[in-house]
This record gives sequence, C-alpha cells and structure tokens, in this order.
Amino acid sequence: MTPTRATSRKRGLPRVEREEVKGKLIVLEGTDGVGRSTQIARLVPWIETHGLPVVVTGWNRSLLVSKLITSAKEGTLLNKVTYTLLYATDFADRLERVVIPALKSGMVVVADRYVATAMVRGAVRDVDRDWMRELYGFAPPPDLTVYMRLDVDDLITRTLDRTRLNYWESGMDRHMGEDIHDSFMSYQSKQIREYDEMAKEAGWKTVDARRAVDETQVEIRKAVAPVLQIPLDRVHERLQPMTTLVDEEG
Amino acid sequence: MPTAAQQALNPLHDAHPYPGALIVVEGIDGSGKSTQLKLLRRHLEAQGYALKFTEWNSSELVKDTMKMGKKKNLLTPTTFSLLHATDFADRYYYEILPALKAGMVVLADRYVYTAFARDAVRGVDPGWVRNLYRFAAKPDLALYFKVPIEVSLDRLTSARANIKFHEAGMDLGLAANVIDSFRIFQGRVLEEYDRCVAEFGLQSIDAQGPIREQQEHVRALAEKMLAAKPAVRKVVKK
Repeated sequence: MTPTRATSRKRGLPRVEREEVKGKLIVLEGTDGVGRSTQIARLVPWIETHGLPVVVTGWNRSLLVSKLITSAKEGTLLNKVTYTLLYATDFADRLERVVIPALKSGMVVVADRYVATAMVRGAVRDVDRDWMRELYGFAPPPDLTVYMRLDVDDLITRTLDRTRLNYWESGMDRHMGEDIHDSFMSYQSKQIREYDEMAKEAGWKTVDARRAVDETQVEIRKAVAPVLQIPLDRVHERLQPMTTLVDEEG
Repeated sequence: MPTAAQQALNPLHDAHPYPGALIVVEGIDGSGKSTQLKLLRRHLEAQGYALKFTEWNSSELVKDTMKMGKKKNLLTPTTFSLLHATDFADRYYYEILPALKAGMVVLADRYVYTAFARDAVRGVDPGWVRNLYRFAAKPDLALYFKVPIEVSLDRLTSARANIKFHEAGMDLGLAANVIDSFRIFQGRVLEEYDRCVAEFGLQSIDAQGPIREQQEHVRALAEKMLAAKPAVRKVVKK
C-alpha cells in the first residue's frame, strides 16, 4: 500500500489514523532520578493483574539509534539541533514500531518519558519551541500524564545517594555553572520549572516524589485506575515488582 | 537553532545575512547535477574562490546507523526523514554555516529540496518536512537539473552496474523490479521537484543538453550571482 498525499494528514505519521488507536497511553514524566523506573516496575504488574496487556517504552531505547545516541554523547559530536533530531528519531522509531502497533491492538502503553521530556530538554537548550512542537506533532496525545515531582534540593541528594553526577544530566554541555554541582543545580532547576509549567498548562497529575515508594505508587495507581476502568479500591494491592523493565525494542 | 528574531525572517525564503555564497544543485539521480557541480567547482577554484563542498547524506554522525537501518530494513518514512535531517543539521552547523560566515562559496550536492521531494513521495507530510528544515539558509543560487526519467535511467544503467534499492524507491513496494520501481518513484519525485521550483524559485536547467553547454549556462549564472556578493572571499593564489 503506497502512502499518498491524500492519506497523509497534517502532522500525522504516514499510515497511522488516530481512530484506529484503541489502547491507552500512560506517560510518566519527571526529571532524571525522580524514581520513574522504580514506579513503573510496580505499576506494570498491577495493571496486568487486572487483565490488561502492557508494553513499556522508554527514552532512547530504539533499535535504530539508541547506540548512536549513547556513543555520540560520549564525545562532543552533537550540537543542540542534531541532539534534538536524534532523540526525535529515537522517538519516532519507538512510536512506529512499538507504541502505535501496541495501541492499535488495544494494549496499554506505559511510556517512561514522552514528548514533554523532549520539549523540556529543547527549552533548556534554547531550541525554538514552535519548531519542536511541530517536529513532535506526529505523536498521539497521552490519555494520562503523571508528573513525578522533586525539588532540586531533594533531587541532588537522591541522585548522589544512588550514583554520581553525570555530564549530560548536569547540562555540562550548556556551560551553566562553575563546576558540575552548580551546573546540575541550575540545569535541573530550569527543567523542573519547565515541567511545572507544562503540568499546569496540560492538566497533568502531579505526584510528590519525596514520599516512600509504596505511597507514591498508590498515588499513581489512583490516577491510572479511572483511565483503565480499574476499581479504585484495588490500588493498595502488593505485588512483586518487575526486575527488568524493557528488553531491547524492535 | 535560530533565535526568535531570526526565525521571523524565515531563513528558507529570505536572503541570508552571511558574507559567503551558497550554491546548490538538485535533480533526480542521473540528472547530471553532480557532474555539473564538479565542473563548476574547477572553474571557481581557478578563479581563486575559497570553496567548501558538501554532499547529501555524507556526515559521519549517522552514516553507520543509516547503513544498518537500510540493510536491516528498519527505517520507516519518518525515521528515514529524521535521519537525513540529522545528517543535514550536522553538516549545516559544522560545515555550511561556518563557511558562509567565513565568506566562502559553499557548493552543496543536494540540499533541503531533496528531502522535500523524496519524503513527500514516501508519504511524509510536506508541511512537517518543511518545518523540519526551517533553520536552513536559502541558497543564493539553487539549480534544478530537469531531465525525463528515461534519460536518467539510460545514464544510470550505462554508467553503473545496478540502481540502489532506496534510489529506486523499492522500500515503497511500487513494483517488483528495480527499473519499474525507479520509473514510478523518480517520476513522483520529479512532480515534487516541480512543486519546489514554483515554491522556492529554483532555477531550472535543461539537463538533456550537451554537458558543455549546460556548464556554460551554470557558470554564467554563478558569476552573475557572485558579482553581486562583494563580501565573498578569494584566497591568495600560490
């Protein structure tokens, strides 16, 4: 079947009609290190317990370009436009290969980050917003976005508790501070401000990520339950978390 | 990425503010555009211009990924389009734009119009692709080498052993064999190029004429354009 001008609608991916999409798309957003994966590992088995098949997709996990992005970030090959475009490629690849087929077959897709993360990273790098919005115009809108929020002071202690500071997660490519600590604080604060603004604008469900893992999980389930028609009195179920989140996609 | 003020200028439609000059050639495979650009390059070299040559889909950044994607048939029209845009942005910000700012003459074998034509044929939304390349400077001279399919096919089959899979649009499943697919695919690309000629004011060149006559025409157009660009640098002759 050959795509033609007539079947390609504005903004849409070729060969994808929104009406065909029967599944639900649930997005978890938030800065690096707020605990998204920990929560997803608990959320997925819970959804599956209620008889719904789940596919998880995460940032930079596409078969096509994830290795390229990882290796390019080790050096100084990327400028902000190629950085943006490679992430858009990763996103489009996952969308066409994983997300849309799953949604079409009526599955639940849990996305560890989505368009908002791209918009935030672009915004803190002064990439033109209209350009980016149009670039990501092909993405189907989520049925629910849960925003896991931490202040930058909590974020840095939690990050250091778990690991060490990372060049890119500290925005060192943006030369935002004297040292990596200052850069991290200023880069992540800027990101949090951007996420906050979007959360307000788009009416996301904001969850306070300072709380214990199980409490946060309950908050997230409360938001997810109505979207998937799961009874609200079932949000406290304790289940074994998943050990590996996603295999390589494709 | 251009600032908001620059954005308002709409780089693809308004003259760029840089001292250098940008000459691009476009046309389907087998139109003879690369030959013409090579000859123009010799001519401008001899005149002492500082030149920067750049070619579509040549950046090291995405080379391996593109190769792997094509080989394993992993590319969709959208990711195909995005990877080409990444290749272009890489060359644009590291080669084309610095050279224009340095007052050089940039010679580009294919430019954004190639994406506009090919991606549209693959079913990608034309408006979306135009936005994708919105940051690119408008060429000072954009030459479109117009040739009928049969002529380009003759050239390609006599000069090369085989026509490449994507060049023939075989990924679209238009026809069972490469030659038929090439005819259909490149025929549609021609139609999209015609749209670009009207939309962006590309200069059409009859690519069926003798190479030498075409080249004279090309040189005359280039010289006329360069005469109006006093800031373009020449290098000291050794």
